[in-house]
Amino acid sequence: MDKPFAITLDPGSSLANKTGSWRTMRPVYVDRLPPCNAQCPAGEDIQGWLYHAESGDYETAWRQLVRDNPFPAIMGRVCYHTCESVCNRGKLDEPVGINSVERFLGDEAITRGWRFEPPAADSGKRVLVVGAGPSGMSAAYHLRRLGHRVTVYEAGPLMGGMMRFGIPQYRLPRDVLDAEMQRIVDLGAEVRLNSKVKRIEEMMAEFDAAFLAVGAHIGKRAFIPAKDGSRILDAVSVLRSMEGEEKPMLGRRVVVYGGGNTAIDVARTARRLGATEAIIVYRRTREKMPAHDFEVEEALQEGVMVKWLSTIKQQGADGDAGALTIEKMELDEKGFPQPTGEFETLEADSLVLALGQDVDLSLLDGVPGLELKDGVVQVDPATMMAGRAGLFAGGDMVPAERNVTVAVGHGKKAARHIDAWLRGTRYAPPPKHELASFERLNTWYYSDAPKTMRPQLDLARRTGSFDEVQGGLTEDNALFEARRCLSCGNCFECDNCYGVCPDNAVIKLGPGQRFQFNYDYCKGCGICVAECPCGAIEMVAEEV
Amino acid sequence: MNASIKFYQTGTFTVGNRLLSPEQRSVQASLERSNAINSGHRACQGCGEALGARYAVDAAMRAVNGQLIAANATGCLEVFSTPYPETSWQLPWIHSLFGNAAAVGTGIAAALKVKGRQDVRVIAQGGDGGTTDIGFGCLSGMFERNDDVLYLCYDNEAYMNTGVQRSSATPHAARTNTTMPVGPEPGAPFGQGKKLPLIAMAHEIPYVATATVADLHDLENKVERAMSMHGARYLHVLVPCPLGWGADSADTIKLARLARETGIFPVLEAERGEVTAVSKIRRRIPVEEYLRLQKRFAHLFGKPGHPEMVAAIQAEADRNICRFKLLDKTEAV
Amino acid sequence: MRKQIEGSRAVAEAVALARPEVICAYPISPQTHIVEGLGELVKSGKIAPCEFVNVESEFAAMSVAIGASAAGARAYTATASQGLLFMAEAVYNASGLGLPIVMTLANRAIGAPINIWNDHSDSMSQRDCGWIQLFAAHNQEALDLHIQAFKLAEELSMPVMVCMDGFILTHAVEGIDMPTQDEVDAFLPPYEPRQVLDPAEPVSIGAMVGPEAFMEVRYLAHAKQTVALERIPEIAAEFCDRFGRNTGGLVRSYHCDDAETIVVALGSVIGTLRETVEELRRDGMKIGVLGISSFRPFPLAAVREVLQGAKRVVVLEKSFSVGLGGVVSTDVRLALEGAPVRGYTVVAGLGGRAITRASLASTLRDAVDEKLEPLTFMDLDWRIVNRQLEREAASRRSGPIAENLLRDVGSVASKVS
Ligand SMILES: Cc1cc2nc3c(=O)[nH]c(=O)nc-3n(C[C@H](O)[C@H](O)[C@H](O)COP(=O)(O)OP(=O)(O)OC[C@H]3O[C@@H](n4cnc5c(N)ncnc54)[C@H](O)[C@@H]3O)c2cc1C
Ligand SMILES: Cc1ncc(C[n+]2csc(CCOP(=O)(O)OP(=O)(O)O)c2C)c(N)n1
Ligand code: SF4
Ligand SMILES: [Mg+2]
Repeated sequence: MDKPFAITLDPGSSLANKTGSWRTMRPVYVDRLPPCNAQCPAGEDIQGWLYHAESGDYETAWRQLVRDNPFPAIMGRVCYHTCESVCNRGKLDEPVGINSVERFLGDEAITRGWRFEPPAADSGKRVLVVGAGPSGMSAAYHLRRLGHRVTVYEAGPLMGGMMRFGIPQYRLPRDVLDAEMQRIVDLGAEVRLNSKVKRIEEMMAEFDAAFLAVGAHIGKRAFIPAKDGSRILDAVSVLRSMEGEEKPMLGRRVVVYGGGNTAIDVARTARRLGATEAIIVYRRTREKMPAHDFEVEEALQEGVMVKWLSTIKQQGADGDAGALTIEKMELDEKGFPQPTGEFETLEADSLVLALGQDVDLSLLDGVPGLELKDGVVQVDPATMMAGRAGLFAGGDMVPAERNVTVAVGHGKKAARHIDAWLRGTRYAPPPKHELASFERLNTWYYSDAPKTMRPQLDLARRTGSFDEVQGGLTEDNALFEARRCLSCGNCFECDNCYGVCPDNAVIKLGPGQRFQFNYDYCKGCGICVAECPCGAIEMVAEEV
Repeated sequence: MNASIKFYQTGTFTVGNRLLSPEQRSVQASLERSNAINSGHRACQGCGEALGARYAVDAAMRAVNGQLIAANATGCLEVFSTPYPETSWQLPWIHSLFGNAAAVGTGIAAALKVKGRQDVRVIAQGGDGGTTDIGFGCLSGMFERNDDVLYLCYDNEAYMNTGVQRSSATPHAARTNTTMPVGPEPGAPFGQGKKLPLIAMAHEIPYVATATVADLHDLENKVERAMSMHGARYLHVLVPCPLGWGADSADTIKLARLARETGIFPVLEAERGEVTAVSKIRRRIPVEEYLRLQKRFAHLFGKPGHPEMVAAIQAEADRNICRFKLLDKTEAV
Repeated sequence: MRKQIEGSRAVAEAVALARPEVICAYPISPQTHIVEGLGELVKSGKIAPCEFVNVESEFAAMSVAIGASAAGARAYTATASQGLLFMAEAVYNASGLGLPIVMTLANRAIGAPINIWNDHSDSMSQRDCGWIQLFAAHNQEALDLHIQAFKLAEELSMPVMVCMDGFILTHAVEGIDMPTQDEVDAFLPPYEPRQVLDPAEPVSIGAMVGPEAFMEVRYLAHAKQTVALERIPEIAAEFCDRFGRNTGGLVRSYHCDDAETIVVALGSVIGTLRETVEELRRDGMKIGVLGISSFRPFPLAAVREVLQGAKRVVVLEKSFSVGLGGVVSTDVRLALEGAPVRGYTVVAGLGGRAITRASLASTLRDAVDEKLEPLTFMDLDWRIVNRQLEREAASRRSGPIAENLLRDVGSVASKVS
């Protein structure tokens, strides 16, 4: 074309004008820490595995998940999922059902027979793990992945620790537990059942390092004056015997003393064993109860009764072996229960104490340098190493919250530090990103989608059997739920920045590659930052 | 994967969604989008007009396989895109005058028809001034003759290119350099101004729609719909102007969103003079939240401020909400 | 083919022979018959393919032509007077963009007072708009010029205005040679745009040009008109070869070789002047006529060539630069820079005032007798003018002049508009 001078111009020639020089602030891509990830005691990359689940790529999601936690199917049932309570979506409608998606992935893995990737090259190092509970097995798993030879000593006849001998089947079916335990064995962890370690120090010579996770199995007792013939049991033993041939004999009227999850589990178990009355006696109010409210709620649905603000003073009053003397309590201004001097009587065939557990520390005798405090082993919280070099510990036996997720997290953390220790280095965790708080998000972009409820077993079948109460999600529901994730702080390739830039200064790198700024043209207007749904871009001052 | 499942994570609000099949994605999400306005243009930081124009023209380009010619009125869009020796446009483009874009479009369409190039389509575009004021005669003529042109008005609610003066699209009470915030009735007078989309509808042309830069999918769908038709079509796009509105450059899209969510700017579609669809308000917001972000309304909130004017603007928004049924039935006005 | 035909119709048919592709025009006297004719020709399918756009204004007419031309179509429009002013912005734009649009200007006075009759004020108002302006002396030339205009415009990529006197030519029925389609096709190749809006090669037309290049752009437009100075006579010669008619070109002189007095004029008045000059020559006066066919580009050299041997030059103008005098005269004087020639400006025929041979003869005699004022208003009614001037002198504010004058003339109001 014969173009007239100056009036007619060649297409797109403005590329010669580098408008980036106008900029005083520049956008940069960041990864922020999603609150769920920050909260997860097992250090799961929740947002990361949800990302894959969203696209229906469940196997990748599962693989991403088990990088941190080998028990998705278990977690999806027993984890108290505090991640959901901090989920940013909760401020919009309801939190993402992280736990139910996790369970879906775990169940999917069992159904489809997904196996762990083979471990790294053999390091030649031998590590002893004591206790095949969640913490021990988590450590065994991570150590195996890192290439170490692992031997697990377990006192009991089966793997799982308190997950098997505490948590009832109606919450955690044993085939699920077995499947996820076995997968670790399949990875090459050697597990020696019925092998109680009596003196750890004696075994240290055989191994390069050891991880202790013996849990807390000794039921705490309270002094209750009682007549002979009174049936007083402890909760852990009752639940443990549920796993044996002989089911415990609790009678028709069962009183459980305590306010934790264990108390609830025992009461619900009693109902399933045929008790017509299962009454929990608790010193304080429902709000103050340590048990999770959803569990209390389920128990109440199943006919469990609770006597709030009550303590048991005596058993066998007036010669009646089954009579319990209950004293009414009231809360003082500080919220502590104080006796009122008002009494009543409660008939019970058995009284189960669910007052917490102590750790059996006898295997630690003779270990030099150990510090024991409040009945638990002190460890360096950064490394999980106890006072003796090469000896690490985690789970219920160290000072921390006692739950499966924490235990699993300890196992992972300890494994990493054991690995580093074995290699003569120190494990330095990657720096934590800044938190992806709700204010960082532009929630306009997320459409409204209330949480999916998991189905529950109907009440009639709940009290009559040990079938699992909580159902799982269907695939559609799981996908729906996964897609409710806001991907807080982490680019999910929504193309917003690429689209909203008035200067076409965002380069799209293609699927999975995210984006790049073209600072030749970016004028620094900040629209990309304002319109990034998940807060994964930030403006920083331009250096002059 | 089950395609019938909705994409709840982002719904249809974000530009892209990796979970959608490529055909279902927005034009702007695509690596192949034409970038009708290339980088290097001289629009202010955060210019809504630059953005709106790329959104609209890229969508039109996709709708017609790149067989598109544009006529452009004088105004920011023209000035920032084509200062000699560089142009940002990547499609055949002509700028003639401030007030004649529609007629130039008509001429191009006529030429193409004669040449038997029915595959090549025509858009004409301009700012609110070039559309509602000086170019209105040509526009109305183009409408009335039902010429085969899609006219795109990028409404930033004033003459920005000449330094922010009032147009007939300037909102009431807004400060411009010809409606200064002085005297008893500061800003653009109430009782003046025109609503061009409604006037366009009165021509009973095949298609009239409004859109904003805050809802890309809606905008693209409308362009696509428009390009699937022949005859005179009109799309009025609200494009916030950080400079003229006295707003943060990062707030451009937010402002457009608020304009819709307050009811100030009804987003609708009409065919042959009848409204066929409206975009419902998703999260209703009082106009004050919209106004406060803009210095052009600062005099309404200072001391003593003009609460009565804010109320009057709210009443205008409410009227839009009633008139165009911008709320779902469940919500009372 | 020889035809008795109205000038407007002849132009319409000539335009039709040029195979225009887009025609857009807005009615205004005295142009109406041209576009009515074209409208009918398009609608009846005699011009095909062609789009006839009934625009809503002259501004739109020129704008549609701009779009059509830029998109590669041969575009045509026509207007007059107020219409030209109404489209003025687009007129400049068309030339600035280098678009070869052809427009007929049926010359008419510009108001207020509104007046539909002929003079050249409209052409002159757009003197500097960058268009080529060709003036037809008679209807045959008007017809021929249109055919030449398309060729010229498209070769140079610049718009051409063919000016023909309103009513005097547009509405006059005369015998005319109408070329055949084949002849025109042989002369005028299909339009091959120099620049075109085409998705295959997406250029931006109409950039904003700042101080760094604007002068150059302007100069280049001027240079192009300089080229036109060469092409106009060549095209006229080629046209003459093919059609056997000597029309168009830059200037046309009658009896100028030995003339001591030469009258310069544009348009149809040349015919009257020729007759007058024949008459005066019979009286022994050495007088000639120089008709300027190409007003823009202005053929300085050709004009000088003809005029420099004369003693005096009288520019007879149907236009008037208020506050100065002649418009064409200024250009003619520039052509005569340094030559010992006396110059007169005679303003005549404004607003359709008849230019009679008698008045012309007496004016020219005065010129030869050295009795003519440098600026003369031919047939001005001094009675009226003086009365009004007195009135104004007496009281500063004396009401609308036009009304007062009409009162003096005795007519209440003009009935045509
Ligand atoms: C009734 C009940 C319900 C619970 N419900 C939940 C719940 O729903 N969600 C939740 O997160 N947490 C729950 N918990 C808590 C949770 O089970 C524990 O915090 C968790 O199991 C601790 O894991 P661990 O690996 O540290 O110890 P454990 O699970 O107790 O495992 C320790 C293992 O070490 C073995 N062992 C002990 N001593 C030796 C030795 N000397 N040699 C070899 N092996 C030894 C034990 O046999 C046992 O298998 C519940 C606890 C109880 C009691
Ligand atoms: C005939 C004419 N009058 C005035 C101008 C000056 N002018 C150029 S752009 C413009 C304002 C443009 O306003 P708008 O159409 O709203 O576009 P914006 O710049 O706001 O995008 C004006 C008044 C002009 N170029 N031409
Ligand atoms: S003045 Fe407004 S419309 Fe013009 S370039 Fe700047 S931001 Fe865009
Ligand atoms: Mg504007």
